[in-house]
Amino acid sequence: MQALKLMSTTALIVALTVTPTFAQISAIGDGEGEVSIVAWAGHIERGETDKTFDWVTKFEADTGCKVSVKTANTSDEMVALMNEGGFDLVTASGDASLRLIAGGRVQPINTDLIPSWSTVDDRLKDAGWHTVNGTHYGVPYMWGPNVLMYNTEVFKEAPTSWNVVFEAMDLPDGKPNAGRVQAYDGPIHIADAAQYLMFHKPELKITSPYELNEEQYKAALDLLRVQRTLVSRYWHDAFIQMDDFKNEGVVASGSWPFQVGLLAADTPIASTIPQEGATGWADTTMMHVDAKHPNCAYKWMEHSLASNLQSDLSVWFGANPAVPAACTDKRGMQTAEGCAANGMDNFDKIRFWTTPVANCSQGEGMCVPYYRWVSDYIGVIGGR
Amino acid sequence: MMAHHSRSGANSDAAMIAILPERGLADRLTGLFWRKPKLLLALMITPPLLWLGVVYLGSLAALLLQSFYSIDEFSGMVVQEFTLKTYAELLRPANYDVIFRTLLMAAAVTVGCAILAFPIAYFAARFARGRWKAVFYLGIMLPLWSSYLVKVYAWKLILAKEGIITWAAEATQTSAVLDAILTLPVIGGNSLSTSYIGMFMVFTYVWLPYMILPMQASLERVPASMLEASADLGATRAQTLRTVILPLAMPGVIAGSIFTFSLTMGDYIIPQIVGNSANFIGMAVYQLQGTAGNIPLAAAFAVVPIVIMVIYLWLAKRAGAFDAL
Repeated sequence: MQALKLMSTTALIVALTVTPTFAQISAIGDGEGEVSIVAWAGHIERGETDKTFDWVTKFEADTGCKVSVKTANTSDEMVALMNEGGFDLVTASGDASLRLIAGGRVQPINTDLIPSWSTVDDRLKDAGWHTVNGTHYGVPYMWGPNVLMYNTEVFKEAPTSWNVVFEAMDLPDGKPNAGRVQAYDGPIHIADAAQYLMFHKPELKITSPYELNEEQYKAALDLLRVQRTLVSRYWHDAFIQMDDFKNEGVVASGSWPFQVGLLAADTPIASTIPQEGATGWADTTMMHVDAKHPNCAYKWMEHSLASNLQSDLSVWFGANPAVPAACTDKRGMQTAEGCAANGMDNFDKIRFWTTPVANCSQGEGMCVPYYRWVSDYIGVIGGR
Repeated sequence: MMAHHSRSGANSDAAMIAILPERGLADRLTGLFWRKPKLLLALMITPPLLWLGVVYLGSLAALLLQSFYSIDEFSGMVVQEFTLKTYAELLRPANYDVIFRTLLMAAAVTVGCAILAFPIAYFAARFARGRWKAVFYLGIMLPLWSSYLVKVYAWKLILAKEGIITWAAEATQTSAVLDAILTLPVIGGNSLSTSYIGMFMVFTYVWLPYMILPMQASLERVPASMLEASADLGATRAQTLRTVILPLAMPGVIAGSIFTFSLTMGDYIIPQIVGNSANFIGMAVYQLQGTAGNIPLAAAFAVVPIVIMVIYLWLAKRAGAFDAL
């Protein structure tokens, strides 16, 4: 029962105050011979998908820590796997990391044991999705925006506003956008609508798209109901979305740089961050509270910042390294232009995914919690 | 037992010859089981019973229990007190839509499968012989051997706006027909792959074998003599079909419909890949139990198909679908 309670995200605030502080290790000893990591698909490559992308083999040779990876497809899966235990590390996104901290599944990190900590992007060092009351529960791994992907044959110039996916209009090719745009098939997409309103309806006084009171929330849902009339199918699987851009006549949608990069190779596809800004995700390497291989885990965290990983990963995934130097110091394949294309300079325009909770900066119980986002988004997609 | 012992005591000389000394544990166990046959039965049946009772029924009970809890409106925490509030929430329009949509699709797919399967099953049962029979079985079973996901993704491509069906319609100058079908309210859409029609086609394809096989089995059981008698009495072929074959094949149809109906009702993959993203029961359960932490509502949703299937099976039993078991 306790586990079930912890799964409900709004237990967060309560749990945060009662989470005991765990003892951190004070020195790194010899490696234990292995380290197991829960990771998103494509986060940890050992040259098996593509020979040129490998940031594991050398680590294993240098440290003697054999890396095993368990791939997870959603944040929920990650939390479930970490609750189960048996893993050392996880690359958690902002909508999972706080739940892991609140649930006591991850331990504080001693940044003194990670020499490259100082090279981490200052904008990420104390980010709220891994730092609670000044304690660091992880090492930033990578971040990226949810960009607006578009077809360059339809849009000769990059669209400047998200309105192409939110409001009925004729696209530059003279045909209406109905049936030719997509949106993300997850309740977190309500935040994208809120961010659009933040820009276009200042009278709603939205300060964060993840903290919405009843009135702001209703306005966001109303906007999404308009969007429903334009969207033939919502996307949740990157490869299905790519297929829809190729075979379904879809020409604009919120998306990830990952799809843009893969599609741009052989189709007229590009991406942009419009004037309203964008939502985004930021992943953090976190360490399980009962990690069996803490020394290897610390060695991996240092490796994740210091090696070619940051640079090559950002090329591979179309995202931004947590260490800015990786864009320019040629440790891997990334270049300054590549980082710029992935949105490195747009950090301030990005509002990162966090789980909406009832007790927010607007006051106790003032905001609409995530479970309602879920049931209402089901309603919106169902045409209600 | 007692009788046996006293008898062997009485004829001890004869028994000395007949009873050999025990050779180790196996012999002792054999003797024990022979004396207490119920012990053996208990030993053999306990593991599967435990599995069924604890793992299967236990999880179902846990599910049922969860559905009587509710989620606190303010904190989003699960309140572990008995309430029917969560079930009342199922009647909210958005949730009711999900159930209604799923039921309608399951019913449509079942009818579609029955209509498509009947001629195939009839041919297989009445006319296919020898090698043709083998070809028939292979043809029905073959799609079941390939991955379900591969089949669904393949259908997504077939039905896509720029897919093979649109291409074929253009090549045969029948695009107008396709467009007319797609402009139908509700079931139409931007393309076949984003419409309910497309989803119906995929469901029907995927579950068709489960309808054909029981139907064929029941058609094979219709005695040829009855058909001959029907013809002798002057019935036309249509009359024979209507009054003899169909009623006798009905149990098979119902058995098949149990498969197609329940499989459609529980599926949450096809509605994610084909169709317009509107939720089905399985998808709703999947979303509600995750980050949302709304386990009670997810459980209540999950109970709906169980209740419907219990009613369905009860009706099927009354119609005699299980008589041949």
